[in-house]
Amino acid sequence: MRHWNGRRAALALLLLALLVLCAVTAAGCLLGEQAMVTDFSRKNLSPCGAFLFGTDWMGRDMLARTLTGLSLSIRIGLLTAGVSAVLALVLGLASALGGWVDSVVSWCIDLVMGIPHILLVMLISLAFGKGFVGVVAGVALSHWPSLARVIRGEVLQLKGATYVRTAEKLGVSRLQIARRHFLPHLLPQFLTGLVLQFPHAILHEASVTFLGFGLSSEQPAIGVILSESMNYLTTGKWWLAVFPGLSLVLVVVLFAAMGEQLRKLLDPASVHR
Amino acid sequence: MEPILDVKDLSISFTQYSRGTRQVLLHVIRELFLTIQPGQIVAVVGSSGSGKSLLAHGILGILPYNSHMAGEITFLGQPLTQQRAEQVRGREMVLVPQGVTYLDPLMQVGPQLRKGKKDPQTKARFRQVLNRYGLGEEVETLYPFELSGGMARRVLIATAAEAAPRLVIADEPTPGLDARAASRVLGHFRELAEGGAGVLLITHDLELALTIAHRVTVFYAGVTIEEADAADFAAGKLRHPYTRALWNALPQNGFVPIPGAQLGPGEGGQGCPFAPRCTQARPECLGPVPYRSLDGGRVRCLYPEGGNL
Amino acid sequence: MSLEGMGLTFGYRGKGKKGVLDHVDLCLEPGERLGLSGPSGRGKTTLCKLLSGYERPDKGRVLVDGKPLGEYKGLCPVQMIWQHPETAVDPLMKLGDTLREGGPVEEGLLEALHIQPAWLDRYPTELSGGELQRFCIARALRPGVKYLLCDEITAMLDLITQAQMWSFLLEQAERRQLGLLIVSHNSALLERLCTRIQPL
Repeated sequence: MRHWNGRRAALALLLLALLVLCAVTAAGCLLGEQAMVTDFSRKNLSPCGAFLFGTDWMGRDMLARTLTGLSLSIRIGLLTAGVSAVLALVLGLASALGGWVDSVVSWCIDLVMGIPHILLVMLISLAFGKGFVGVVAGVALSHWPSLARVIRGEVLQLKGATYVRTAEKLGVSRLQIARRHFLPHLLPQFLTGLVLQFPHAILHEASVTFLGFGLSSEQPAIGVILSESMNYLTTGKWWLAVFPGLSLVLVVVLFAAMGEQLRKLLDPASVHR
Repeated sequence: MEPILDVKDLSISFTQYSRGTRQVLLHVIRELFLTIQPGQIVAVVGSSGSGKSLLAHGILGILPYNSHMAGEITFLGQPLTQQRAEQVRGREMVLVPQGVTYLDPLMQVGPQLRKGKKDPQTKARFRQVLNRYGLGEEVETLYPFELSGGMARRVLIATAAEAAPRLVIADEPTPGLDARAASRVLGHFRELAEGGAGVLLITHDLELALTIAHRVTVFYAGVTIEEADAADFAAGKLRHPYTRALWNALPQNGFVPIPGAQLGPGEGGQGCPFAPRCTQARPECLGPVPYRSLDGGRVRCLYPEGGNL
Repeated sequence: MSLEGMGLTFGYRGKGKKGVLDHVDLCLEPGERLGLSGPSGRGKTTLCKLLSGYERPDKGRVLVDGKPLGEYKGLCPVQMIWQHPETAVDPLMKLGDTLREGGPVEEGLLEALHIQPAWLDRYPTELSGGELQRFCIARALRPGVKYLLCDEITAMLDLITQAQMWSFLLEQAERRQLGLLIVSHNSALLERLCTRIQPL
């Protein structure tokens, strides 16, 4: 067995986190039916062997509900983080072309960054009529600025870099320059930015849903589960909030860890650590 | 007299990732010897990639995280540990770095030098120091990017000299400077040495080293191969074939190139790193070659000029 | 047939009214080795950038064999080699790919420049400045290149590498009838290399 070093540990952690998240997503999809089953003969059970997370006031299995909710959150997170990262890439690239486009994009970045995140997500979600579309639009349209700014800076720096200018003078076509010089520099930034947006997207989705501006209450989303459990907390049904809440934290931490490990592997400054 | 700095058998290595997740150990410097007496200017001459900047970083205790250092460094008679290096650097031991990139770009020169102190005594003292280096009052209100190359270099020297150091380490002090600015900068190093400090001048420029240094240590592919008096060069008393090749490659001395390229860090084994390019190399040059005294200097060669085993 | 700079005037924006270059004229013939000397801050590097099209002059023009420099598409017949080769190669690209940026490299160039085959698979941070500079020179020696602007290209290199590079470049310039513009603060070097020296 080869000994462990920083890079191998990072790779292993990355894969482990990815595996757990995939498992949660898959389990949630499979348990979707079960999460909706109501059975009043087993209502308000505290955690036991048969129901690890207990059951709620309608006898629904909290483990199945939590997994389904997390799975939904992860899928929404993937979608919104993907959309906002692509948005960031396009706007960052456009901005780097300079001129009035840059002024407009920079102004938009400052505007969006100036408004508190959660407020913006709520407003956009409301404007899009809440529900699934509202949440996706809200999260996707509010999370792009920081990554767009990073990409803009990177492209501006690359455009002026001596090696890019030299390639131009050697008669290398624009397309080739984009492929050989821009892509390899931007890809790591983009990937890391993308993965680091997941935890934000997931938390914000759960938050707006919790506050009632997001997914509708029929869906077993984590936000819905948490807000419903509030009514029962005072009567001693602690398991209704604690397990779903902890699971959400765990998923977010896993995503953040994934992003961090990815950054470690791709970042040249820590490349030999 | 007790030497200011004495470096014995120093070696520095790095752990690096090669492909994917495989780690390798690179020996960048090995078997390095160096001595600096008070009032002496010692130049370390080597090409880029020979590891000479790492020597400065090693002495100052500011090597990067993935490096390991072995050997013995004595500073003012006591072993220089990491802890002691942290105590003495910036005080008894100072670095004159290569350029303005070592200054904070967002802070004016004056406040930056004074490290935030505002009392009149400190101000007056720094005023005096800057004056000594031909820098007027107006320099204090300039930002680093507004300084010319020569001015920046003098600001860096002024910063270093203010601490009244015993050892000044200068890393490539003159590239980019024209002849007049360079000779002025070098003059300031000479003044520091005349005041009793030791100066370690790290450079790739042999010509520059010879105009100012008392002793010259030649560095090749991470190994010290010769230590000579500056006068030995013009007198033709050089011991190692590489040093002679270096001298003959000066534009004013023949401009003779020799073929081949220097070994990279970690390449080559125990033997003489110059052997692959040396016309007098023999099979035994690939084995261990001791670093020994010869005729007032030191050389790492089995068949040096002017002496045999 | 020559590289001509006429009345070149240039000032960086925001640097006050004082320009870097003021009506500078320069003419470089094929096969000629013109030395450019002068104290730092006189705009030697800027002049090279103007002559190779990295910057546009505020006033004046650059003609290559009678045609304005801007009209050349594709490979520029005037190539510049920089003082710091580290900035002129992409840190994320293997040097073999950097070398072939402009097209295949001529037979024999690598041996003549003492470029080891193993270096082609390495990244720039794994090589020294002297080693990288060899790649920059090999990359610039394309068949269509007529003028080479050398801005302190050996100032950071050791003497033996310096002598190696210049003996190589002089031989290539002779063979290809290149015009060389050599910028250096080392007067001994300029005297050794140049057919004509112009102070700036």
